[in-house]
Amino acid sequence: MRVDEKPIYEGTFTVTGGNFDNAGEVSSNIKSVLKRIGLSGDVVRKASLVAYESEINIVSYARKGMIRLRVVPDCILIEAIDEGQGIADIELAMQPGYSTATERIREMGFGAGMGLCNIKSFSDTFLISSEVGKGTHLKMIIKTNHSSLNS
Amino acid sequence: MDLASIVKALDLKVRSGEDKLNTEVRGGYTGDLLSDVMANSKEGDLWVTRQVHQNIVAVASLKDHAGIVLVQGSEPAKDTLEKARKEGIPILVSDLPGFETAGRIYNLLSKEPV
Repeated sequence: MRVDEKPIYEGTFTVTGGNFDNAGEVSSNIKSVLKRIGLSGDVVRKASLVAYESEINIVSYARKGMIRLRVVPDCILIEAIDEGQGIADIELAMQPGYSTATERIREMGFGAGMGLCNIKSFSDTFLISSEVGKGTHLKMIIKTNHSSLNS
Repeated sequence: MDLASIVKALDLKVRSGEDKLNTEVRGGYTGDLLSDVMANSKEGDLWVTRQVHQNIVAVASLKDHAGIVLVQGSEPAKDTLEKARKEGIPILVSDLPGFETAGRIYNLLSKEPV
């Protein structure tokens, strides 16, 4: 995977913390971009899931954040960078079912403690770093299997 | 099987996506946890849920679902409906509880010739 190749697409999307009304809108935009590029349905759906869970995490736990999308011929790079509470214990946060979500978040069907696990299992590469009181940075790479381009 | 056949068989009320009832339903998924639905449902699934808030439209749209069935006679929230109409996602309402709604849809789909 050569992430540093000349991008087919590069863009940054702003996500507002706490705004559940528009949650998912950034992911929908990202999905449209990826579809327009001509990537296969499977790859588009994988990347959309990764973008969606990242977006929901920012909405749920951060003041604000952004999702960066970079598409090169071999892969899709998705980065979610937020300013928020951060994660004290990443190992614990990665455990399926562990969540610090509020009752309000859970009532809507979020906060099941599956988000980060989903992001990890649907990405080919997953990196996470976080600082309490500052924010969290996720970096995901999804392979595009070349032949799916323009087909 | 298309959505229209399921709507007819279960007497579902069509709240949005009236023009999408010819969509092919390939399978189904039941769930109220959005991350679970994101991870495990498939393209062309008919999603059976009790959630009525607008985030269900984004999930169905991102996963390319055939449509959403709300159970127990639950009506979609106003902004859910607006979003679903804008994005062309069929929202159907079943008067039956979730278990029975899913069971009936499952039976219809499993009778389909492969």
